[in-house]
Amino acid sequence: MLIGDISPKPILYVDGVTVTFDGFRALNDLSLVIAPGEMRAIIGPNGAGKTTMMDVITGKTRPDVGTVAFNGDVDLTKMDEAAIAQLGIGRKFQKPTVFESHTVRDNLQLALAGLRKPFAVLFARETAKEKERIDELLVLTKLTEAVDRMAGDLSHGQKQWLEIGMLMAQEPALLLVDEPVAGMTDAETEETAELLVEINKTHSVVVVEHDMTFVKALGVKVTVLHEGSVLAEGPLDQVQANERVIEVYLGR
Amino acid sequence: MITKRIFGNDRLTLWFLGILFGVLALVAVLNLATTPDSAFHVPTYAVALMGKYLCYAILALSIDLVWGYVGILSLGHGAFFALGGYAMGMYLMRQIGPRGVYGDPILPDFMVFLNWKELPWYWLGFDNFFFAMFMVALVPALLAFVFGYLAFRSRVTGVYLSIITQAMTYALLLAFFRNDMGFGGNNGLTDFKDLLGFNLQTDGMRVTLFVSSGILLAACYLLCRWITLSRFGKVLIAIRDAESRTRFMGYRVEGYKVAAFTLSGIMAGLAGALYVPQVGIINPGEFAPQNSIEAVVWVAVGGRGTLVGAAIGAIVVNLGKTLFTGWLPDLWLFALGGLFVFVTLLMPKGILGTVPQLLEMARNRRAQNAVAEKAPDAPPSADAPKGAGE
Repeated sequence: MLIGDISPKPILYVDGVTVTFDGFRALNDLSLVIAPGEMRAIIGPNGAGKTTMMDVITGKTRPDVGTVAFNGDVDLTKMDEAAIAQLGIGRKFQKPTVFESHTVRDNLQLALAGLRKPFAVLFARETAKEKERIDELLVLTKLTEAVDRMAGDLSHGQKQWLEIGMLMAQEPALLLVDEPVAGMTDAETEETAELLVEINKTHSVVVVEHDMTFVKALGVKVTVLHEGSVLAEGPLDQVQANERVIEVYLGR
Repeated sequence: MITKRIFGNDRLTLWFLGILFGVLALVAVLNLATTPDSAFHVPTYAVALMGKYLCYAILALSIDLVWGYVGILSLGHGAFFALGGYAMGMYLMRQIGPRGVYGDPILPDFMVFLNWKELPWYWLGFDNFFFAMFMVALVPALLAFVFGYLAFRSRVTGVYLSIITQAMTYALLLAFFRNDMGFGGNNGLTDFKDLLGFNLQTDGMRVTLFVSSGILLAACYLLCRWITLSRFGKVLIAIRDAESRTRFMGYRVEGYKVAAFTLSGIMAGLAGALYVPQVGIINPGEFAPQNSIEAVVWVAVGGRGTLVGAAIGAIVVNLGKTLFTGWLPDLWLFALGGLFVFVTLLMPKGILGTVPQLLEMARNRRAQNAVAEKAPDAPPSADAPKGAGE
């Protein structure tokens, strides 16, 4: 990309972010730019700062210094999780977190973009439009059959999918996905890659993942994190050939 | 899951309210319309005792709303109950007027005794019933709101929250013990004469208070039921099960928690207000931490997160307490402790969570036995059409 190119505003702009916990630098001058509509895979060894990065973007952790901007000019470092979520950033946890004592339908219902204020929610009724949207999401996540089952009774893979469906229901502009295929079978992994590619048609996505076959299947630009900063960036095969990346992954 | 199964059909609500109103009517009639020597007579002391249980049931309901549905384990709900009780007690004290031991038309006896010359400002207005009833709700609501706002905004959860709720009620206990607080110190408020001009000692008034407690229980139950079945209630359960997920979905969790906690505090306050005229006294002992813990035990015994279970638990445990302390007064605390261990180990879902499960298991076994008995005589019905076709 040329400098001065009239590119659209980045959906996510992270610049010079540092986070320290009791003297330990979890993020060290991290910079990252995600273009609208892009899907980016983030890899890195344990402790590289992947989860802390997600925490900073979603408002769970405040950076010591640095800029985090959404859609070009919305400063995320001053907002709390709920405000950031309402702004259009969805986050999927490493461990599937769904509401186990609610049905699949209620899980999606609660996730649907819209009412969030207690008083409005108290008097809310399901609208025809909401019902239609839930049905669409059920098809997307292949959970139509399980609609009235308790989320706690679903298989591990189904829970992961339900959580992705809940994220879609929030209609986020940017999706942060933390290790979506951890603990999945090969077939589920493949299907999840397809699902994410499908989702990427309408959303910007950042995926953190360890599983290289999965990252390969996504076929997108890769960022390698190491000790809280970006070590390398580029297509997967190029990154895999990078000597420093090999060194970090295979030990010194 | 249990919550869903129970609310899946509404028979439980019908049964609960049906039995409640049936008992209210029956007890009222058997107390007022029979003579004391009749075999069917319900003595007035028993009416007051049952009224007390109903107030405890409302307290249990208020705890279940926050513990069962939002996961906030409050070990200080007795504070809201006691504050509501004190507000009612203040009204009842002002009603005594010049009939006190010292005969002062305005000042309650304990103030005369302390040589106070005039009513402290915070006692003003309590001679008005409606003002006092407003305070019954407002004072617990304010405490719950401020406490909840500070605790939930700082994201204090789990055992830490439980500990500070204990500290809250303990601090109030110490404060109310002090004579200078102006609430009667150690002795609290007592010697009540009448309520709205009606003598508290009459059978009619006792029955009225008992029936009022039952109606308030029904109203609080229906309110809680409506809330927990609404989308708001689903958010509460979502917070209980996965708080950060709810947050990252865009719900401002602390607002929901404060709302539920405040409402719960008001309910506990109302329960305390009806409790005081029925037992005839309110003293700082009501703030004792063990009272709040006992109330949590009622909810656990009845079934957390079931509403009806909380009410049943409160009534069953207190009935047990009354009977047990009559037979073996020294052993009651062991029995209560044993009950809690038993419920935690063997019935983690409480009475209301366990009994339907056992019934279902029994029904399944009976169905299986029925199938097994039929089997030797006739082929299983699924095979029958095939056989017929050959």
